[in-house]
Amino acid sequence: MASQILYALPFLAKGFAVTLWVSLLVVTLSLVAGVLLGVGLVYGPAPLRWAVRIFSDTIRGIPILVLMFFVYYGLPAVGLHLPSFWAAVLALTLFKTAQVIEYLRGAVASIPKGQSEAAMAIGLTFRQRLTSVIFPQAFRRFLPPWINGVTDAVKGSALVSLLGITDLMQAINQVIGRTYEAMPLYILGALIYFAVNYALSLASRRLERRFAFIRE
Amino acid sequence: MSEASNAGPALLDVRDVSKAFGAVEVLRSVSLQVKRGEVVTVIGPSGSGKTTLLRCVNFLESYDSGSIRIDGKEVGYREAGTRQRRSERDLAAMRAETGMVFQSFNLFPHLTAAGNIMLGLTKVRGKSQAEARQVAEHWLGRVGLAHKADSLPAELSGGQQQRVGIARAVAMEPKILLLDEITSALDPELVGEVLAVVRSLAEDGMTMLMVTHEMAFARDASSRIVFMADGGVSAVGPPKEILAEETTNERLRTFLARFRASHF
Repeated sequence: MASQILYALPFLAKGFAVTLWVSLLVVTLSLVAGVLLGVGLVYGPAPLRWAVRIFSDTIRGIPILVLMFFVYYGLPAVGLHLPSFWAAVLALTLFKTAQVIEYLRGAVASIPKGQSEAAMAIGLTFRQRLTSVIFPQAFRRFLPPWINGVTDAVKGSALVSLLGITDLMQAINQVIGRTYEAMPLYILGALIYFAVNYALSLASRRLERRFAFIRE
Repeated sequence: MSEASNAGPALLDVRDVSKAFGAVEVLRSVSLQVKRGEVVTVIGPSGSGKTTLLRCVNFLESYDSGSIRIDGKEVGYREAGTRQRRSERDLAAMRAETGMVFQSFNLFPHLTAAGNIMLGLTKVRGKSQAEARQVAEHWLGRVGLAHKADSLPAELSGGQQQRVGIARAVAMEPKILLLDEITSALDPELVGEVLAVVRSLAEDGMTMLMVTHEMAFARDASSRIVFMADGGVSAVGPPKEILAEETTNERLRTFLARFRASHF
């Protein structure tokens, strides 16, 4: 049994690399898109605000799995054929983007109005107020839910296996298919996911301390 | 009104300013002049429009009609009475000409005391970090906090935070300083240290428009006192005149009587 699993390790490692690659893409793309749209939601003109609001509410109301199947199996109906890998990444990114929009909105809304006013009073322009006063403070409140979201993204990436992509989850299932060693392989898989997410939450705690306004 | 008191154009010239929040008229045709070097105090019951007036002067609030000029330049709106707001860049430049100190301090919690003062100096005044730091240290010294330059706001007492707030405003070398009930959120024993700073600025000739409930301070430090009631200017004059018990202004007498009853 042990030798069979050892023999499968390179294959599992490849799957793990796909998991990390999907997670990295989803997390990065959704961060950029979510922050931009989130700023649009808070400060944009009314039509943009409505559009972002509708996007976010709709996406968050759909299970990720449905979203993923819709992108992969549904969009070809309107002529958009995406390879399974990119269909999965797009679906997960859409979902995560909607969450990032809400984290950003919440973080910015939590900064008291007096902060903007004090920044205005010393003559900062809108952009300066955002970059020097609002965002540095909002960042601290954005960080904890966002890191939570990152660990969710790593775990959620296992869904891509349902589109036949050989990520860690799929690799494990395939090795189990050959070896019938379900228990040890699922435990191994769980440990790997856990290790990644535990490392992330440790990093998060360090970051939060780094950006606290009170020194310890 | 006070036009005859001394010659020269007013630094701050508020004329017939009105403003309504929906159906509530908060300012009714308010006119008020502040000359260079003057300290003008606005008193009045809560809801009389004092704070709104102050916030209109640096355009944190817009106003519906009338004109507010600083050094002859219209605040907030483009010239020619078009009610067209100035551009964002223009507004920012105008606001840099007025300093404001807030009731709730509003220090930037992520920056040190010096950092709070340096932000406007580097971003708006274009000073280098080193120059800005020097100016910040100078003003922190003036408000008695030279040793707190690298403290975060959360590490300072309320009185110390407000003194940093004052330093942040005056370091920009504004033409006029607006003080909005700056001691109202302080514990009574911390009020004195903040007022002492304001007094020393007044002695240096800083032009100030302030809203306060500290009557004794208003009496001692002001060139003139403006009494506001129901969104309008009800009385203007030198402190002795306005705070006299035998005033003939009915509303003012009621206000002062209530004030004395609750404070003495």
